[in-house]
Amino acid sequence: MISSHLPILLVVVPLIAAPVMVILRSGTAAWILAIAVSWTALAIAGVLFAQVAGGGTISYFLGSWPAPWGIEYRVDRVNAYLALLVGVIAAAVSIYSPRSILSEVEPGRRYLFYTMYALCLSGLLGIAVTGDAFNLFVFLEISSLSSYVLIALGRDRRALVAAYQYLVMGTIGATFYVIGVGMLYLATGTLNLSDMAERLPRVTEPRAVLAALAFITVGVSLKLALFPLHLWLPNAYAYAPSAVTAFLAATATKVSVYVLLRYYYSVFGGGAVFLALPMAEILLVFSLAAMFIASTVAIFQDDVKRMFAYSSVAQIGYITLGVALASATGLTAGLVHVFNHALTKGALFLLLGGIALRAGAMRLGSLGGIGRVMPLTCFGIVVGGLSLIGIPATVGFVSKWYLVQAALERGSLSIAFAVVASSLLALVYVWRFVEVAYFREPDAKVAALREAPVSMLVPAWALVAACVYFGIDTDLTLGGAAAAAEQLLLGAK
Amino acid sequence: MTFASHYGYWATIFLAITGLYIVIARGNLIKKLVGLSIFQTSVYLLYIAPGKLIGGTAPIIAAGFQVYSNPLPHVLILTAIVVGIATLALGLALVVRIREAYGSIEEDEILAAERDA
Repeated sequence: MISSHLPILLVVVPLIAAPVMVILRSGTAAWILAIAVSWTALAIAGVLFAQVAGGGTISYFLGSWPAPWGIEYRVDRVNAYLALLVGVIAAAVSIYSPRSILSEVEPGRRYLFYTMYALCLSGLLGIAVTGDAFNLFVFLEISSLSSYVLIALGRDRRALVAAYQYLVMGTIGATFYVIGVGMLYLATGTLNLSDMAERLPRVTEPRAVLAALAFITVGVSLKLALFPLHLWLPNAYAYAPSAVTAFLAATATKVSVYVLLRYYYSVFGGGAVFLALPMAEILLVFSLAAMFIASTVAIFQDDVKRMFAYSSVAQIGYITLGVALASATGLTAGLVHVFNHALTKGALFLLLGGIALRAGAMRLGSLGGIGRVMPLTCFGIVVGGLSLIGIPATVGFVSKWYLVQAALERGSLSIAFAVVASSLLALVYVWRFVEVAYFREPDAKVAALREAPVSMLVPAWALVAACVYFGIDTDLTLGGAAAAAEQLLLGAK
Repeated sequence: MTFASHYGYWATIFLAITGLYIVIARGNLIKKLVGLSIFQTSVYLLYIAPGKLIGGTAPIIAAGFQVYSNPLPHVLILTAIVVGIATLALGLALVVRIREAYGSIEEDEILAAERDA
């Protein structure tokens, strides 16, 4: 039955679509295929999410080779939640993309844009569902290589340099990861993640395992842009085409967070990680640094896209803070913020793409009074901004509420205070946009602009609406995150 | 004795550090990619060397052979080599485009061009 092959179809459908797009050599045909693929992925992810919601685990053996010899795809509540998130964002971006890349990518290259998009989607979903350490590396590289190309497609020549820098740092990160996997393989003799988890406690010489843990942590942290390894991110996000920025900001870093969680909890068993090395303390320090330093840097940015890119670095700090707190509440907060931040940043970058299309420039100084001429776009950005700050009735509030709770559970008033205080920094940079957009008179150039096209507004506003909806009705997001956290802590015993 | 018997690891570490140093210290974009490639290559050795058993043969069951080398690392590294080539090819392609756009492949000249712009 086809339904028993869903985990592999999730990866293979976009993977096969990519070469088909190259053969078709038509931007429109590739776009239609991209929509079909993205929505298929969303549907499959939705079915998988429903199937494992009860707590079961779907184990799929590639080519029917039983684990641990063959490659196993293993879907549980953690990665089903993540695959669903990637599916949602991909579905929105696929609808949004044609108008956006019409102005940003040369006509002859549009089908290549969609080819890379399909490969990137395939890689990200592959990372999510695979249960094999080396297979994960391959998918990591598939998604990374395609995202370097996607970034380099940006109009500005600085996009090329940003893509190059990302390529160098991303490759170092992936190589660190593969060194860590090599050490784990030498110590345990297996690459299957769940098999590895069983064998690790029996390893008598723990030094190689600790070194592996360090390599994997640094490598994956480069990929997820944990402060201070975030240097590739602001330029890559600022100069990439708008659709790419929205897609990567909402999915790529989040998938890397998942990899870190998978290793910490499912492979190393949580407790051992946090006892053997001061991982929680290290993560805590970097998370807090990200929240304050990146937010402060964001305040001083002139380019709106760069401003929100730095804000992404800060928001990743909130996610890793939840991980560092290492409790059920903390993990739930981190995981729910993965979803919430993806929705918020996805919406924001999609809306900013509308401004990029109409105004061309993204400098705050040249956007005075844009709230009058592009009311829907700017109001959406304000709602997204409120979610970044964490105003009640937006998703950002839900995440921060649980983060503060987790901090208080640990008896740490200062961390709870830090979460609230750093939110005030978000208030400052969001206010800078509000001030420019609404309290200045539009000059002649801005006054001549029109509202963003409907095909861009609808997917962007769907995400904005989701930001508000899931800020009020938290059953799906919080329920999914809590179940995922429970599953991760289960592996930690 | 242990120092000498671990010579495979020392070679690996030396290559890895050399590669990383080139990536960090060199401003020429091509040289950076060369360093990156050396760094990636060192990992191939990390996987391959422990897979070889002294006196072991290829893992094909035949009379007279009891000791076999582990074939899995070879397969993994074959994949990693493909990934490495793809990365290098993409990196070089980006450098070509950067040279077209900036007229230089020196990092400091590119950064200077950005500051002036």
